[in-house]
Amino acid sequence: MNGLPLLFSLASRNLWRNHRRTLVILFAIILGVWAMIVMAAFMRGISDKMFHDGIQNLTSHIQIHESKYLDDPVINNSISVDSTFKEVIDNNPQIVKWTTRIRVPAVVASEQDTAGLTLVGINPETEAEMSFLKSSIIEGRYLTGVEDKGVIIGKKLAEKLETRVGKRIVLMSQDKANQVADRGFRIVGLFDAETDAMEKSVLFLSIDTAKSLLKVDEEISEIAIEISDINNADQIVKQLKKSFPELDIKPWYEIEPLLKMITDLYNSVGIIWHLIVFLAMGFGIINTLLMAVFERTHEFGLFQALGLKPAFILIQVWLEAIMLLVAGLLVGNLVSWLTVLATGDGIDMAKFAEGMQMAGMGNVIPFLIVSEDLIVANLVVIILGLLTGLYPAWRASRLVPADAITRV
Amino acid sequence: MTIVVSCKNITKTYLQGEIEVHALSGVCLDVEEGDFVCLSGPSGSGKSTLLNVIGGLDSPSLGQIIVDGEHFENMKKGQLADMRLRKIGFVFQAYNLIPVLSAQENVEMVMQMQGIPQIERAEKALRILKDVGLEGLESRRPAALSGGQQQRVAVARAIVSKPSLVLADEPTANLDSNTASKLLDLMLQMNREHNITFVISTHDPMVMKMSKRLIKLHDGKIISNQLSHA
Repeated sequence: MNGLPLLFSLASRNLWRNHRRTLVILFAIILGVWAMIVMAAFMRGISDKMFHDGIQNLTSHIQIHESKYLDDPVINNSISVDSTFKEVIDNNPQIVKWTTRIRVPAVVASEQDTAGLTLVGINPETEAEMSFLKSSIIEGRYLTGVEDKGVIIGKKLAEKLETRVGKRIVLMSQDKANQVADRGFRIVGLFDAETDAMEKSVLFLSIDTAKSLLKVDEEISEIAIEISDINNADQIVKQLKKSFPELDIKPWYEIEPLLKMITDLYNSVGIIWHLIVFLAMGFGIINTLLMAVFERTHEFGLFQALGLKPAFILIQVWLEAIMLLVAGLLVGNLVSWLTVLATGDGIDMAKFAEGMQMAGMGNVIPFLIVSEDLIVANLVVIILGLLTGLYPAWRASRLVPADAITRV
Repeated sequence: MTIVVSCKNITKTYLQGEIEVHALSGVCLDVEEGDFVCLSGPSGSGKSTLLNVIGGLDSPSLGQIIVDGEHFENMKKGQLADMRLRKIGFVFQAYNLIPVLSAQENVEMVMQMQGIPQIERAEKALRILKDVGLEGLESRRPAALSGGQQQRVAVARAIVSKPSLVLADEPTANLDSNTASKLLDLMLQMNREHNITFVISTHDPMVMKMSKRLIKLHDGKIISNQLSHA
């Protein structure tokens, strides 16, 4: 096309002709891009944090139980992990980690108080990679092995029981023979979980110690599985059900439906937010470009008088919109990235801590930029800009030269 | 002689509110190659409308326009624009230069759209700007030029690619008499040296006096069409 260099030259110079208006629209685009990316990063951060914390709070991606266990979580409703079982799990390439747990109701008593809670017998080595526990020890130590005789309790439970590391507590539960099983244990560590509920309601001890207390041999309550791709949870559950039809095998969202609901909700809010920004910015761009077109009606008439085709005028106005968009996108992405960078590990939402704990989250929300959100935000702005730029451009190209040229 | 412009029974009506206005009523006109025609008449007589119709900027309600052998009636917007690009130059009362382009770029613009190579069009633009007395001012934007200088750039833009026809709508209206005289001399020189046909609408007696043919319009009709003695 003969006039392509001319088009670029005219479009770029026209942008700086009314630099105040150009800066205003540029600012609107930057703000829109920034709002979409940063808000998406915040939403994604909340959603991801909620999901991560939820999974780490002993949920895992997939859980396997005896069929009656979830209704009646006693030690009698247990399963045995034999060599066939291990073979099926280990040979599934999508299963990256797994651990076994004993998980039964119990009562703990200190010299000062008592509390009902869940006794969780763990394999310290495999559990360390799958749940929050090891990284949350704030006092004392983590369990050293399956034969460790100590217990770990939450900071809030220690406060309630008025006890501390090194002190003894008494644990009572129901053994395999339906008899009361009780024994004294020394507290070897305190953990600080993301939620107070977790700190108050769970006590950890080694799985062999739990077996000994509950008088079982190889039986366990739960197998927790972590997979390589969370989106394949359904498919893996189906495979496992085929191998173990008698067991109750559930993906994370069936174990924690609230977690699924909240993460879905946050994703929906993200879409609504994109829509709001889309509309607000769309009207801003179209309004400013229309003003720019009306202001230059006379000039577009002149272009046509000089022999420039309507398509040339359409492309020129559209090119101006595209140049604004590209500049706005570049700066908007950069500013968004800097904003997220400035938040570091996240923002402390301690003021809303109670509400956040109800949602199963900690106080610090990290901003998380994922390529999908970046692509969506940039695509939204590009498509919107091209569409909204097209209308003023079309209007400009449809002017009757004789009418346009007489307008001042 | 070759006929450059042929208007056959041109009528142009438009609505002003609810009133039908007859801007042109059955205008018939032939303009020969190399002519220097002046359209005169009071405001509202149809001078500018006739120029717009001849230039394809507006379409007649009735009648036929033929410019350089090409019939306008069946042409689409794009074809008319192409026709103007190749064959017609315009000079307007209000100069109408592109404010973001320099004098040289304004002159080059049409040639650029015509596909003339950069070196050739730069040479032509510089030469014509020199001819119209704007040497040294090539890089100035319109805002940095006087009215007379801007109009000279507009004339340079209109004639640089040697069109068959130049249409000028009151080109001297905004200029002082000295500048207007110089501009008129320039257009006459271009007419003489390059045989470019000019059709000029004006109220200016000096332009009328210098024209080769004077056409008077009144209420959208030609009331006289005579050779002048210039």
